[in-house]
Amino acid sequence: MSNLAGAPGSDGTTDPEPIGERKKSEALYFAKRNPKLLIGAGVVLLFFLIGMIGPLFVDHGPNVYIGPQMQPPSAEYWLGTTTFGQDIWAQFVYGVRSTFLIGFLGGGIAFLIGTAIGFVAGYKGGVVDEILNMLTNVVLVLPALVVLIVAVAYLDVRGLFVQALFIGLTSWPWAARAVRSQALSLATRDYVDLARLSGRRTGKIILTEVAPNMSSYLVMSFILLFGGAVLIAAGLDFIGLGPSDGVSLGLMLQNAFQWSALHLGMWWWFIPPGFGITAIVSSMYILNVGLDEIFNPKLREL
Amino acid sequence: MLELSHVHKVYRVGAFGGAKLRAVRDVNLLVKPGEVVSLIGESGSGKSTIGKMVLGLTKPSQGTITFEGEDITRIRGFAARKEYYGRVQGVFQDPFSSFNPIFKADRVFEMIRTSYFPGVSDADWREKVLDVVGTVRLDPENVLNKYPHQLSGGQLQRLLIARALLLDIRLLVADEIISMLDASTRIDVLNLLADLKERGLGILFVTHDLSLGNYVSDRSVILHKGAIAEMGPTRRVFENPLHPYSRHLLSCVPQLHRTWAEVDAELAANPPEDFEPPTVEEGDDSAPLVEAEEGHFVGIDQR
Repeated sequence: MSNLAGAPGSDGTTDPEPIGERKKSEALYFAKRNPKLLIGAGVVLLFFLIGMIGPLFVDHGPNVYIGPQMQPPSAEYWLGTTTFGQDIWAQFVYGVRSTFLIGFLGGGIAFLIGTAIGFVAGYKGGVVDEILNMLTNVVLVLPALVVLIVAVAYLDVRGLFVQALFIGLTSWPWAARAVRSQALSLATRDYVDLARLSGRRTGKIILTEVAPNMSSYLVMSFILLFGGAVLIAAGLDFIGLGPSDGVSLGLMLQNAFQWSALHLGMWWWFIPPGFGITAIVSSMYILNVGLDEIFNPKLREL
Repeated sequence: MLELSHVHKVYRVGAFGGAKLRAVRDVNLLVKPGEVVSLIGESGSGKSTIGKMVLGLTKPSQGTITFEGEDITRIRGFAARKEYYGRVQGVFQDPFSSFNPIFKADRVFEMIRTSYFPGVSDADWREKVLDVVGTVRLDPENVLNKYPHQLSGGQLQRLLIARALLLDIRLLVADEIISMLDASTRIDVLNLLADLKERGLGILFVTHDLSLGNYVSDRSVILHKGAIAEMGPTRRVFENPLHPYSRHLLSCVPQLHRTWAEVDAELAANPPEDFEPPTVEEGDDSAPLVEAEEGHFVGIDQR
């Protein structure tokens, strides 16, 4: 890969490195004109706002039995009520909130572990790389969902945080591998050697020389991990291993399924959470594709 | 000042690291203060590897590298390493990849400042930077506060030399620093190296270009397949090459005023005296040198 990206008119390259200010404003230029990014980011932002602000306007808890049972959506209960008279709108907004929480926490933990291991393995190389790579591969081939089911089932604490922690601890390996491969190639650049000659510590070199050159890559990894964590959490909730004290979109689906909402025709019980999960995760992926197009000139349609 | 003694570097290559590649073989070499030693060799002759080992970027597989009496392969710990880089600096082959493309070029100065001169005030530091930028004959107006892609290869290369000069260094490893430059900037950088030499700096000048080696250096070392083929004062090596490889190398240099046919005819008319290079047993990894005349050594002949 050529590093002569400074040459005028060099935009046909696959070089992932943003080149200074000009490249940044260029990225912004394409960002504003990329419908995938705009739509994806818009939907994610909308749900984020619902999750953050929505619960403030609900004056009762999500699991409180407040009203008439099995009501279809109405002006009073926007999304209707459950078999037991719980407000589905309240459950939905709290559920969206915990979905984002799981995404940020679970995805964040996986991101931190994955990038840390990937950077150290790729930068250090040699024996360190061998060991970390072996560890990564071992975790990668673990049947993560089975381990999660066993772990969550035997643990007494079943909160959102424990769930996020477990998801984070099992879903980092592919991020580590992806970051490692990028770091491997970036670590051989002369400016990394030059930073070493300037008396910089390894950690600082990774953070200030290697990482900024793959920032787009890191953002995308985080988005994918976020989406993955939301999906895994929904799966766990649906099979009854969700947080026992709160509410989440997956738990709503599980309850709807358990109390035969489908057979009773209570579409307002299972469609909102199902739609919520689908919309959040798929718009995340669309957002990711949009970002990819912005950072990688070869994919630009303009 | 800098002394390499029996330095080897072996890489494992091939699937599962089964095969071995001896990139550097039994190299002994000395650089004195105020002396320019050029390492000349074709691609893959191990010259850049030697430069990297001197800079501590890779470790030799065998042998010692001593700098001012201290074995640098045994440097342990961050503080000791940092102290070593305060005395020995390098400039790399490719100026474009020596700068992190997403930051401004003068960040290389800033890194030196945060690592080595944290206490210096802004004004003092600015003066120091302007001073070294002037030393490498750059106009501060043109080069400071710019991104690497806004500067030319020659400017970047000279900025790197200026960066090394911020420190009070005693040895500069210059790895092919001229090869990326065009002819007009070349001579500037070469003259700059001569100035540095006047200041008492030792320079290890790595190059594949024979004429450059001839132009700047006091002593020349011709490397072939990782081992020293010929080593000695530049004048003697170039006027009286004794090793078959260096003869071949020198005969490959095109000459302005003569055609190949004339050169070949002259060579055939008075063939050089044969010199018997030292030999080693099969399987022996050492590369002994024979002193042909004072200070002029000839190494083994590998084919």
